[in-house]
Amino acid sequence: MPVAWFLVLSAFIFSIGAAGVMTRRNPLVILLCLELMLNAGNLALVAFARMHGGEAGQVFALIVMVIAACEVVIGLGIIVAMYRNQLPIDVDEMSELRG
Amino acid sequence: MSATSYGWLILVFPAVGMLVVSLGWRVLPGRTAGWIASAAILGSFLAALGALGQLDERAHVDSAWTYVATADLRADLAILVDPLSVFMCLVVSGVSFLIHVYSVAYMGGDHGYARYFAYLNYFVFSMLLLVLAANFVLLIVGWAFVGAASYLLISFWYRRATATHAGIKAFVINVIGDVGLVVAAFLLLSETGALDYAGVFAGAEEAFARNDGTLVAACLLILVGAFAKSAQLPLHTWLPDAMEGPTPVSALIHAATMVTAGVYLIARTHPLFELAPTAADVSAIIGTATLVFAATVAVTVTDLKRVIAYSTISQIGYMVLGVSVAAYGAGLFHLMTHAFFKALLFMGAGSVIGAMAGIQDLDRMGGFRRAMPFTYVTFVVGALALSGFPLMSGFFSKDEILAFTINRGGGYVVLAVFGYLAAGLTAFYAFRMVFRTFWGEPVPEARELEGGHVAHGEPVNPLTGEPEDTDVGFPGPEHHVAERSWPMKAAMGTLAVLAVIGGVVGIPGVTDTLEHFLEPTFEDSRYIDAVPTEEAELLGLGVGGVIGILGIAAAFGVYVRRPGTAARVRERFAGVHRFLVNKWYFDELFDALFVRPFAAAGGFGRRVIETDFVQGAIVGGATGLVRAGTSFARAIQTGYVRAYALLLLIGMGGLGLYFLIAAS
Repeated sequence: MPVAWFLVLSAFIFSIGAAGVMTRRNPLVILLCLELMLNAGNLALVAFARMHGGEAGQVFALIVMVIAACEVVIGLGIIVAMYRNQLPIDVDEMSELRG
Repeated sequence: MSATSYGWLILVFPAVGMLVVSLGWRVLPGRTAGWIASAAILGSFLAALGALGQLDERAHVDSAWTYVATADLRADLAILVDPLSVFMCLVVSGVSFLIHVYSVAYMGGDHGYARYFAYLNYFVFSMLLLVLAANFVLLIVGWAFVGAASYLLISFWYRRATATHAGIKAFVINVIGDVGLVVAAFLLLSETGALDYAGVFAGAEEAFARNDGTLVAACLLILVGAFAKSAQLPLHTWLPDAMEGPTPVSALIHAATMVTAGVYLIARTHPLFELAPTAADVSAIIGTATLVFAATVAVTVTDLKRVIAYSTISQIGYMVLGVSVAAYGAGLFHLMTHAFFKALLFMGAGSVIGAMAGIQDLDRMGGFRRAMPFTYVTFVVGALALSGFPLMSGFFSKDEILAFTINRGGGYVVLAVFGYLAAGLTAFYAFRMVFRTFWGEPVPEARELEGGHVAHGEPVNPLTGEPEDTDVGFPGPEHHVAERSWPMKAAMGTLAVLAVIGGVVGIPGVTDTLEHFLEPTFEDSRYIDAVPTEEAELLGLGVGGVIGILGIAAAFGVYVRRPGTAARVRERFAGVHRFLVNKWYFDELFDALFVRPFAAAGGFGRRVIETDFVQGAIVGGATGLVRAGTSFARAIQTGYVRAYALLLLIGMGGLGLYFLIAAS
């Protein structure tokens, strides 16, 4: 099976994730969409690794998973803190960094 | 001890006195500060006498410190002890000592007593530094110090606006002179390669032909310095205003010592002026113009101190004329006698002003003859000496200058004729002061003094009539007259004796002591043998004496015999009187020529250059640019997380696209 199919799927998933990040305002959903994007990247890495017959791409995929886990920990922590402080669960409401 | 050791001692005494008085002002009780300062000047005078005893034919130079020593340039902290500098030191420290003693009483009760004496000692130190300097560097240092001391003392009553303005005016005009002198020193350094007097004079002989253009320019620049300090036309306007200072200051700085620095400078640099006769002629003509001008103004001014101030300008004109026509001995002789009788006149004026409780207007004075016999006698002695009354000191010195001037022949005779005319005016205005102050009906203040106590008016500014208090920064609450304080009496008495007998050192044909004494300094003069014959000098003395007596008689006729004459003449020649009373409109001329154009240029600069160009265009442009840039940067920072994500995505996408295109 040519690698192109995997890449098309990866790009498809990445686009879904990116669109979700762009359009959704609930931080929980944005985190989910981020996971989609990361995993699309993983898919592409693994596909390339298979194409080249090396293992570097797979190692990269594992590292990305670790990073994804870390990111989820931090992101969920922020969301829990928002709940605790009864802040609106809406990323557009949190624009204090406006210049 | 050698002559130069005494020279250093002359400088050390007033410097130490200044430090002691200025650092100890808080703990010195009563009049101690005044006595310490006087003792310091007495020490200087004694050291000058010591130096006099050690003098011989050659000039002694001693250096304490070398500022610069390179192949082409050498500048030392060096003093020069020769007959001229010792003579100046004796006059300066001697007269200064008497004025210090006078001030001890006169300034008593003033709230700035110690400050006053610290300034006074500082002045004497600066003046002695000026006359002892052995090179142009130290001369300029002393020159500038003296200007600063003059500024401090004119503005001594610093809460009086007119006094501070007068101080600023004096300082600015003095700085014009300083600049002239500094540029002259640069010119001479670049042409002769030396800064010390001996080197410059020797180098000038080699470097310049007679009347060389550069040398004439340098001499004219020296004259700018000399004229600014000595209040000669057209840089004289500060001196009458300087009368805002305390009266002893007027006596010391603005009559006896500082204003004669220009005369000293011309005498000191005489080898240059003899090489550049054009510059010497300019100096002689300006000196003559000044002495005539100032004498005419002194006839009409009604402020007692300002009459004496204009008289000073006029008398310095004689000295400048003298040293410019190579009559160095005569010029310096007049410098000495003038220091005696002019300081005496100022002291007498101070006593009268004390009796008038601060009023200086001649129109309000009169009849002090009986109330103040001592002041009257000494003032008349001073006025006689000033008038050149036969056998008084001024009689010998002034007429010797004019005799030398005539002896040069040619156009110089015209200058001497003007000198004799002004001598008549001098006698007239001197006795105008005497008759209007001491003769006639006693004014209320005089009657009060006869009754036994000094008048006590409300403290006002004598010039503007503004009310004042007597705290620090204004004159103190007490007024002093010579009749009641022995230090004033002692100082005036000594000066009166000197004003009478001061002439004995220069009676032509009998005693030429002073000229012989100064000869080593001036023996290189090419006019050393061009002395008038004894008959010519005696004839000059006779003419001068007659003119003086005629002037006094005229004043007697106008102010005593027919008291209304002055008013009639004033009405008859109202235009002339207005012209003279306004001092030939020199202040107005300078105002129109310099002050207003500069003020207008300044206003233009402030409005257009500063406000519109600098603040508007340069500063405003820079801040506007930064502001525009930051507002753009702020606009990007929306704070919306999704907007940042979009930008990130676009960036990454753009980058990816670029690599794709680059790879294909």
